[in-house]
Amino acid sequence: MTQGKELRVHPIRDGTVIDHINAGQAMNVLKILGITGSSSAVISVAMNVSSQDIKSKDIVKIEDRELKDKEVDKIALISPNATINIIRDFGVAGKHRVKLPEMVESMVKCANPNCISNTNEPVTSKFEVKKDPIRLRCIYCEHVITENIVEHLL
Amino acid sequence: MTFDRRHILSMKDFTRNEIDFILERAVKLETLAKGGRSDLLAGNILALLFYEPSTRTRMSFETAMLRLGGSVLNLGSKEASSVVKGETLADTIRVISTYSDAIVLRHPSEGSARMAAEYALVPIINGGDGAGHHPTQTLLDLYTIKKESHLDNLDIAIVGDLKYGRTVHSLAYALSLYGANITLVSPPQLKMPDQIKGDLKTMGARVSETENLDEVLDSVDVLYMTRIQKERFPDPTEYNKVVGAYKITGEHLDNVREDMIIMHPLPRVYEIDSSVDDSAHARYFEQSFYGVPIRMALLTIVLGVEV
Repeated sequence: MTQGKELRVHPIRDGTVIDHINAGQAMNVLKILGITGSSSAVISVAMNVSSQDIKSKDIVKIEDRELKDKEVDKIALISPNATINIIRDFGVAGKHRVKLPEMVESMVKCANPNCISNTNEPVTSKFEVKKDPIRLRCIYCEHVITENIVEHLL
Repeated sequence: MTFDRRHILSMKDFTRNEIDFILERAVKLETLAKGGRSDLLAGNILALLFYEPSTRTRMSFETAMLRLGGSVLNLGSKEASSVVKGETLADTIRVISTYSDAIVLRHPSEGSARMAAEYALVPIINGGDGAGHHPTQTLLDLYTIKKESHLDNLDIAIVGDLKYGRTVHSLAYALSLYGANITLVSPPQLKMPDQIKGDLKTMGARVSETENLDEVLDSVDVLYMTRIQKERFPDPTEYNKVVGAYKITGEHLDNVREDMIIMHPLPRVYEIDSSVDDSAHARYFEQSFYGVPIRMALLTIVLGVEV
């Protein structure tokens, strides 16, 4: 078991491990973080890994980069149980669960085609985030996105 | 109270105290609104940026400003302005901000007024943003109810297109601040969205729904009619059926409360028969006039002038 796990996602010396991502959402997590693979950072992605806590999960490991809380909290929109592990010299130097931000900017496209944020105006999308269940309210047109947030990611 | 709201964008920004403050200010200005001129806003320029047609909103703002001694700048038709060259609203607002002391904006995109407020150097008053908000209409509706009926313990039926109608969402929201008993009367395909109904209940309104206008006609203080737009119905037969079911004629008024009033944001098409115009219940033309004192009140407030 241990050997299998290592084969899938080997330990990293320094960087960030995002664990307990909802199964199937790893690529969207990278999208939210703006990690496209065009940089030299080594990224490992494991999808649909069996887990004790949840049925299956995804894991993302980013080597040599410690993500800031503000950056990773946005992940909570699509994976509210994700945990962030900061790794230094193969040890866990910090661990916390993602926290929903109160506002997200330039991350989600408003679902209202008639919203001013969907025109050629110089305006970036901004949404207020509400909890239980997660809802995004556009600060311009007040349209609320409640389902399939992933589909609205910019 | 002090009123330090700079822009008038959405009724959702207002507290009940702020609304009461505006309505009281309008009471003070109503006599002047009926005829006369003051110098309260002398030297101030109001820019009217209407990207969509308007009769009442544009002209009543113009009247309000002129009655207060101010001047008005009109964008004119889109074709005659830089809009046709592709200028963004943001740029237009930045430019017009330097020519005027306040801007009234009507624009087809929802959220346009809020975006304009981010770029404006002067107060922005939302004169209607697509299917979004039209706060000055809501304020004049509240003023009409206050003057011609009563805002406390109000029983109101809001009738017609409750799904797309921008005025009814704002009105229902504002009335919930007064704990009104609201009956929503609409055909199934034009019901008020569940989310808005949920918000109203959370805020303290008592909300019920029916498709049958006759059910509520005799028990309300205010009958608020709205226009049902033909383009909402793919099938013209269906439209004709619905329009017929939500039309008020003189015959409907036999058993209504003596002091019941009928309101309509206008323009009306088929919803109210002209035979109702001379009844003691019709208030839609007064309602239209009340747009002047309300807009006078708002102009003095955003321009920081005491009355």
